[in-house]
Amino acid sequence: MSDTGAPGGPPDEPTEPPAGPHRVIGTPPPAQARTLLGDAPEAQDAAPARRELPADPSDKPRAKRAERLVAALFILSMLASIGFIAAYVGLEVGSVDATLRSNLALGLSMSVAFLAIAIGAVIWVRHIMPTVELTEQRHPMRSDPEVREAFKETFEEGAETSQFTKRPLLRRTLIAATLPLAAAPIVLLRDMGPLPGTSLRHTVWRKGMRLLTYGANTPIKPGDFSSPGGMITVVPEGFQDNQDALAAATAIIIKFQPGLMRFGKPNQVRGGYVTPNWTVDNIVCYSKICTHVGCPAALYEQTTHHILCPCHQSTFDAPNGAQVLFGPAPRPLPQLPITVDAEGFLVAQSDFHEPVGPSFFERG
Amino acid sequence: MSWITAKRRRPVAGYAVVLLGLILVGAIYATITASGESSAATPPTTSAAQIAKGQQIFDLTCATCHGMQAQGTAVAPSLIGVGSAAVDFQVSTGRMPAKSLDAENDRRPRQLNVAQTHAVAAYIESLAGGPAIPTPAEVGTSGANIALGQQLFTADCAQCHNFDGAGGALTYGKYAPALTESTPTQIYEAMLTGPEAMPVFNNTTITPNEKRDIIAYVTASRATPNPGGFSLGRVGPVTEGLVAFLGLLFFMVLTALWITAKHRKTADE
Repeated sequence: MSDTGAPGGPPDEPTEPPAGPHRVIGTPPPAQARTLLGDAPEAQDAAPARRELPADPSDKPRAKRAERLVAALFILSMLASIGFIAAYVGLEVGSVDATLRSNLALGLSMSVAFLAIAIGAVIWVRHIMPTVELTEQRHPMRSDPEVREAFKETFEEGAETSQFTKRPLLRRTLIAATLPLAAAPIVLLRDMGPLPGTSLRHTVWRKGMRLLTYGANTPIKPGDFSSPGGMITVVPEGFQDNQDALAAATAIIIKFQPGLMRFGKPNQVRGGYVTPNWTVDNIVCYSKICTHVGCPAALYEQTTHHILCPCHQSTFDAPNGAQVLFGPAPRPLPQLPITVDAEGFLVAQSDFHEPVGPSFFERG
Repeated sequence: MSWITAKRRRPVAGYAVVLLGLILVGAIYATITASGESSAATPPTTSAAQIAKGQQIFDLTCATCHGMQAQGTAVAPSLIGVGSAAVDFQVSTGRMPAKSLDAENDRRPRQLNVAQTHAVAAYIESLAGGPAIPTPAEVGTSGANIALGQQLFTADCAQCHNFDGAGGALTYGKYAPALTESTPTQIYEAMLTGPEAMPVFNNTTITPNEKRDIIAYVTASRATPNPGGFSLGRVGPVTEGLVAFLGLLFFMVLTALWITAKHRKTADE
């Protein structure tokens, strides 16, 4: 730090004493009046400092060995970097296997390049640089009163000289310019709409729509789906390739041993019971979408008749209306009313009678 | 051996010994658990002698739990009508004879050889029929539609067995096993008979051709390359993230220890 000028001052100024109040706006005033940089003055006129750090490490032969090691590491890093470039230029990435090889070569060479420099630097510090312990005092965080006063003065001077306080037209138009800019992000929230309306309450299932096995897309006869303990994923005919529709409409059908299901009253949606006239020949159809957060709940155990959701272990009791046995799901899996059509294939009687999937704000 | 004596007191020596020990234990474990398993190739040709032999083996090996007439007991289900496919699956995967009454029987080296297994299967089938052991042609995957197999697998198998056949947990200690060692015959039999908690996928719901597609997908997915070199059980990004996180954390702690370690040299002088 020089004895006259403040940092950032014009280069020609420090040679002559400052003449009056003339200086560049925004820079601190001369140092002897107010300084922004804490206590410097004492060190300036001290005698040339005696040497504080030893010139050589304490163990010279060891340092010599370490030097060779560090040099070897740096050369290794250099070679690895060259290897990285060579691998990037030389290895093709046309196929999966070639990409694997390329990724491996690039990753390895780059890690070696960085690691070798890092390890070399640490060995350098530990074994070649002399070991000394230095203590450095911390300064108080709060500035001196003079410095604070100086800052305030500078700030006010700057504000005044910039004409910001003197010219209300400029000030107000500047504020007017920033206001709509701040409002813009709020208007962008509009993109979160439109409101879902009743779309969360319905799926694409309609009366007479056939149940297709997912993937093979074949309709199902109750006589074919005849093995007790059977389970299969079904999708509505006509929507088997519509992922948006399937996200809500996908369901599973389960075939039970006779007498296993606990039936409630006809046409009544009620937890703990299977609605009897919505089943065909001990086949029941439930939504595959978990009522917790909408994962596909289809881990059906034919021994315990539990339907498990893999995400958070919600467990539903399949023969008892898929009521919740365990886990965070708040309500049973909705049951899809099914029957058979004239050709004997399983079809839906209607849409689900309650919303499928997780809770939503308007559901109540 | 003098170099060992000279260097054993170095700080690195401790880490080296731990690392060597871990590698050794891992190698021994891999040798012990890796046991070759050949699968049944030819389906049994049922004869009266075979059924008699099967009944003999059944009485000695299975009847304790399943009852003298295979009618089932309090601890084991009835085997009337389960068919030869169920017997072949359970016995060829070593799940039966069961070693204990647990929530889930593990896959083990088989206890009965192929001929014995087929004899017992023939005996059980002679009681009340049921799904039969598939022929090699029925489980062959040449010309199978792997893409359809993958679609069917993700729709109806992946929820329990993982999208790559790595298996997963069920309720109360039960689990869906990994499909990494299953033979095509065993996969077919499992779908057909629904062993333990697994649902049944009979031939009129998932047709034999679709079963072959699924088998083709399961066996083909084993050959998928693992980007990065390690499969990590192929159970998805969670393990990969966890391994990377823990591995890097461990590495960074070691590095921090090394960088800040005190010089012994300065203490000596």
